[in-house]
Amino acid sequence: MPEHHTAPLLEVAGLHKHFPIRGGLLTRRTGAVRAVDGVDFSIEAGRSLGLVGESGCGKSTTGRLVARLLEPTGGAVRYRGEDIAHASRRELAPVRAEIQMIFQDPYSSLNPRQTVGTIVGAPLAIRRTGTASARRARVRELLATVGLNPEHYNRFPHEFSGGQRQRIGIARALALEPKLIVADEPVSALDVSIQAQIVNLLQQVQRDLGIAFLFIAHDLAIVRHFSHRVAVMYLGRIVELADRAELYGDPRHPYTKALLSAVPEPDLGTGDGEAQGRNRIRLSGDVPTPVDPPSGCRFRTRCPSAQAICGTTEPPLLPVPTATGQHLVACHFAEPLPAAA
Amino acid sequence: MTTILNEGDSAGTTGAAQGSPVDAAPDPDKGTSRGRLVLRRFVRNKAALVCLALIVVLYFLAFCYPLFTQWTYDQQDYTSFLVPPGGTHWFGTDKIGTDMFAQVMRGLQKSLTIGLLVGIISTSFAALVGTTAGYFLGWTDRSLMWIVDLLLTLPSFLIIAICSPAFRGKTWLIFVGLLAVFQWMITARIVRGMTLTLKEREFVKAAKFMGQPARRIIFKHILPNMASLLIIDATINVGSAVLAETSLSFFGFGVQPPDVSLGTLISDGTESTLTYPWLFFIPAGFLVLFVLSVNFAGDGLRDALDPSSTKGRRKESKRKALGELRKAKFDVQTERRGMPAPQGEGKHR
Repeated sequence: MPEHHTAPLLEVAGLHKHFPIRGGLLTRRTGAVRAVDGVDFSIEAGRSLGLVGESGCGKSTTGRLVARLLEPTGGAVRYRGEDIAHASRRELAPVRAEIQMIFQDPYSSLNPRQTVGTIVGAPLAIRRTGTASARRARVRELLATVGLNPEHYNRFPHEFSGGQRQRIGIARALALEPKLIVADEPVSALDVSIQAQIVNLLQQVQRDLGIAFLFIAHDLAIVRHFSHRVAVMYLGRIVELADRAELYGDPRHPYTKALLSAVPEPDLGTGDGEAQGRNRIRLSGDVPTPVDPPSGCRFRTRCPSAQAICGTTEPPLLPVPTATGQHLVACHFAEPLPAAA
Repeated sequence: MTTILNEGDSAGTTGAAQGSPVDAAPDPDKGTSRGRLVLRRFVRNKAALVCLALIVVLYFLAFCYPLFTQWTYDQQDYTSFLVPPGGTHWFGTDKIGTDMFAQVMRGLQKSLTIGLLVGIISTSFAALVGTTAGYFLGWTDRSLMWIVDLLLTLPSFLIIAICSPAFRGKTWLIFVGLLAVFQWMITARIVRGMTLTLKEREFVKAAKFMGQPARRIIFKHILPNMASLLIIDATINVGSAVLAETSLSFFGFGVQPPDVSLGTLISDGTESTLTYPWLFFIPAGFLVLFVLSVNFAGDGLRDALDPSSTKGRRKESKRKALGELRKAKFDVQTERRGMPAPQGEGKHR
């Protein structure tokens, strides 16, 4: 396999996933939920990309498409330059070892009838890596890596707390020494006090083992803490993609601005937090249905600065000039508007 | 962070007991430690253990009864008709002078095997069909559920009556097959429904993601998680199979006189319940004993298999599984009578 050092580890181009809606007498296809509708991004080896957005914006579906739990309707998922978008189970087998997944709900992602050792060792057992005793030793090592006692090998998931269960899930994902981990809201089911521990563990794993991450979350603070680059999704499309510092420091898309302004900040006794230059942008209305998204720019129905052009032309995801790094925005008015900024 | 939410009685001991031997000599098969654990949990449940022993004793008695008595099941003692239990005839005699002890033991031979086999066969068949339909969906599901619905609507006795000439005089084991064929459908529908739910759990998705073939996902992830329901269903089927066998015998095949089964003995003894009670109560008592033992042993197995079961939760999970079974069976019965089932199992998706 030709391996270019400059080529990204994972490249997603024009990714689509439409879920058919069936109805009527003969279960005809009457429409489609356009969960993911033209998504492009890339992840370099050892880097992490955060994917944020509201519920139902298609971020989890994107993760599942990348991990090939779902088959895309259209577009390409290139892993090391090879398109795996429509690969069969057999073709996927070598890739599966290198892309792993961490699931959202640690209470449902571990089989309650299997011991921790069996669960963590399952990826190894499926590939028949090494002898049984070597696998055993590896599982103990993995448990230690994620901060669990290797003596927990023969215990069952129900004996663990949510955070510990998520650690088991992480150990399972690490078993095959992956190059890319798709983490689908790995901490959103956990207590806030535990979230930080798990995020730190993931960060440590990422640094020490050089694993690339696609980190899906709806919590902006956690993504900011974790990701090198951040993509913001809205209704099946990426609206803004930039380096972490760029995106949080200088958001260009009105949706990103609204999201960032919605993050609550502690008001340290001054009593006039709103007056301190923090212009809270309140979005009105609901997210439109992905069955029938608005014409032109998808965000225009809720955008505070929508113009006539927004209803007719869909803004492409284009780079905007910035001081540092790459900053892609899908907005007709992404260029700095001196008056509005 | 090191809080262990549910430190059940087993948790501490297993960790300690299994930690060292595993380190010393890693045994080749990981499954053994799970098997040993299940065995240990089962042995700890005294009621289940006693009942399992009871089933073994019943089997032993049923097949070795000639060692204990001079009488055989088809031999008449013309000096004593309808003698109450005691003396030479431990369980008394019937109206033609046959020894009841010999008859009950001979009947047990048949009924034990029929009951257990039918229970196991019909439940495993239901599990197989239900999970296959629920897991693969599409045409597999539609055709399998079509067969289930067909078998549910067809009157089983009619079919058996039509088929009976073909089976006449053959081994009574055909019986087991026939009984099982008409007992698996409702369970299959419940299992299918549960498969649909389990399939959406993330651990099944994770297994799929790891590239496990469907067959292994069904056997490793889906079936173990509905083991409670399957075991309860099997134990219920054991009892009903023994009784259903009676009504089939009435149609003239399977267990025929002078041969006996517990079912035929009970139905013959029914009319003498008040006059010659031993004719009814002794075989019925053995049936109750047998079915109860199977139930308790099944419960023990279920608890042993369920890693999260503790004393408090056992009853809860059993009640849940039982409730589900009853509701589904009730739905099907009302449907059969032409009434709309109250929110029945979805037939098609």
